Amino acid sequence: MERPRIHIGWLYPEYMNLYGDRGNIIVLTQRSRWHGLDPEVTQVRMGESADFARFDLLVIGGGQDREQALVAEDFVRVKARPLAEAIEDGLAVLAVCGGYQMLGKYFKTHTGELIRFSGILDLWTEAGRERMIGNCVIESDLFEGTRTIVGFENHSGRTYLGKGLRPLGRVLKGYGNNGADRTEGVVYKSTVGTYLLIQRALDRRYGGQVKIGALNDDLEMRAHEAIIARFGK
Amino acid sequence: MNLRSRMAVWMGKGLVTATRMAGRGGTTLPGAVARKVAPDLLRTLAAQPREGVVAVTGTNGKTTTAKMLSSICEAAGWGVAHNRAGANLIAGLTTALIQAADWKGRIDQSVGLLEIDEATMPRACQEVRPKVAVVTNFFRDQLDRFGELEHTVDLVARGLAHLAPGGRAVLNADDPNCARLGTRPGAEPLYYGLEVEGAGSGSASQAADARHCVQCGHPYEYAALYYAHLGQYRCPNCGHRRPKPQVYIDRLWDVDALGSSFRLVSLEGACEVRLQIPGLYNVYNALAAAAGAVALGLPLPAIRQGLEATTSQFGRMERITIDDRQVFMALVKNPAGFDSVIQTVMQAESRKNLVIAINDRYADGTDVSWLWDVDFEALAGHQDEINFIICTGRRAEDMAVRLKYAGIDVAKLSIEKDPGAAVKQGLRYIQSGDLLYILPTYTAMLQIRDLIARKGHTKKYWEV
Repeated sequence: MERPRIHIGWLYPEYMNLYGDRGNIIVLTQRSRWHGLDPEVTQVRMGESADFARFDLLVIGGGQDREQALVAEDFVRVKARPLAEAIEDGLAVLAVCGGYQMLGKYFKTHTGELIRFSGILDLWTEAGRERMIGNCVIESDLFEGTRTIVGFENHSGRTYLGKGLRPLGRVLKGYGNNGADRTEGVVYKSTVGTYLLIQRALDRRYGGQVKIGALNDDLEMRAHEAIIARFGK
Repeated sequence: MNLRSRMAVWMGKGLVTATRMAGRGGTTLPGAVARKVAPDLLRTLAAQPREGVVAVTGTNGKTTTAKMLSSICEAAGWGVAHNRAGANLIAGLTTALIQAADWKGRIDQSVGLLEIDEATMPRACQEVRPKVAVVTNFFRDQLDRFGELEHTVDLVARGLAHLAPGGRAVLNADDPNCARLGTRPGAEPLYYGLEVEGAGSGSASQAADARHCVQCGHPYEYAALYYAHLGQYRCPNCGHRRPKPQVYIDRLWDVDALGSSFRLVSLEGACEVRLQIPGLYNVYNALAAAAGAVALGLPLPAIRQGLEATTSQFGRMERITIDDRQVFMALVKNPAGFDSVIQTVMQAESRKNLVIAINDRYADGTDVSWLWDVDFEALAGHQDEINFIICTGRRAEDMAVRLKYAGIDVAKLSIEKDPGAAVKQGLRYIQSGDLLYILPTYTAMLQIRDLIARKGHTKKYWEV
């Protein structure tokens, strides 16, 4: 039998690719294979138009301030509207760090420059003086029941969520969205925005046609538990 | 030298002796204490060497480049005051010069040679006023400490603004971020680079950090690509291009697991060099050192002699024998460096037995997500040659997960959190005549080196 296909989009890989963002693509493709699926990764670059609805999953990585400013114009002009529609329609999106900020209304850099995005989600980001750097542990109910998520954050942007937007989780250790309100990330429909370089992929079923079973995650859980033992609680 | 400074030197020297007797390296504390007594001490000491001070900075290759340059200076008959233990923050620089000074605080060596951490460049250069500053390259490295790469480049630029009058910035023409430092007002740049056809990988790896024009952001076109993003680049949009190097290598041959041979060209002429350290990145280090020597006015024969006399620094890349087993240890600290080490490991014909030791202390970089940018998939491509991989260190589990996703058979992976125990385990698992590869991050390397030193197999590191 032919393996069911899973189509993964990767937005601005040539610019928004920092701090091991490639790791999320590696994890998603490998786990798809181990689940018996046939993953295909399509890069969506600057200047290219994109039909986001054809993807099952979209990944947007982080970028430095300079890279974000470079892609902002293209994002607003070409990508934002179809992406907003796809997100409303339930497209699964993993947006990390700079990619997460891009889903919001704007990013105000430490030099006072305003990088405008199109506000797909009601959130905004302003750079603070101190970078928020370190291991981070949050608690989330994303996975049917409360569980911890660990990762590493490194950002100067303080992100604030508008009324009615749910955070991905609550900070147990670290800074999270802004270092003040103990929230981290955002969840809207199937879109997840986060400052954490999450080391475990989000598995998702598509329309119930493809059932995926459980994988052996012993090694992954050991890595997770090691961080919880050091930093959790 | 005033009494205060002299007291600070005495105190520093006393502490160096005391910490050594206590069995510690003592490369930072004496300088830190002496600076409390005489805040101007580094400035006072650095003003003394007749030929001035050379600063060596950049992401990769600082220690090796400085060691090669030191060897060249010695070949030219110069005494060198050098922070060779690699302590490259302000206190470490001070300690090194205290050690070089006599009890009256006088430095007789002809030249000061200081490897300097990128973030320490602004302050260090203000105090030591280098005559020559060699910049190796910029890669993503310890972004948790430095913030973004742009910021690191800026820190180095701020250092270069404080060179001594008539000072020279020696810059890697093949690295766009490094070369652009030469466009800033200040020191007159001396560029070095490779002018070799067909060297290197030919394609930009994931570790490449400047694939886009540093002026306008458009992707570069490369006439030649040597290693990561280093090569002969040109921006088709705004025309920004690699400057022509004044010191370069135009031929490269016999590149193997033992070393490389190349022809070095400067304004003065050309000579052939046989380097005793493997890896294309060490060819770059040798070229950087040679260009630094040219900026100091040293002749080609001394450059050749100094480079050929340089052997691997323990831990950076060295082979040692423990009982009848061979151990090869290479420091890994960022994706570009790790990729090069993997390529060197894969060149060997024997079965691969590996210990990978990943710590996440401050000196290692507390963020280990860089492991996802390393091309471990290349290792997985030679699955059959791999016997075992022991993952160790504070982030042993993360390393194991990364290898699993690279496609390494989980049956070949094991986790032993303690680096010393992991190395002993590795030695038990191999047979007489076999080779064990140890690939540690910085603090893991210190742990393992202590273990091996206790077995009496190598010098303590401050003697390296």
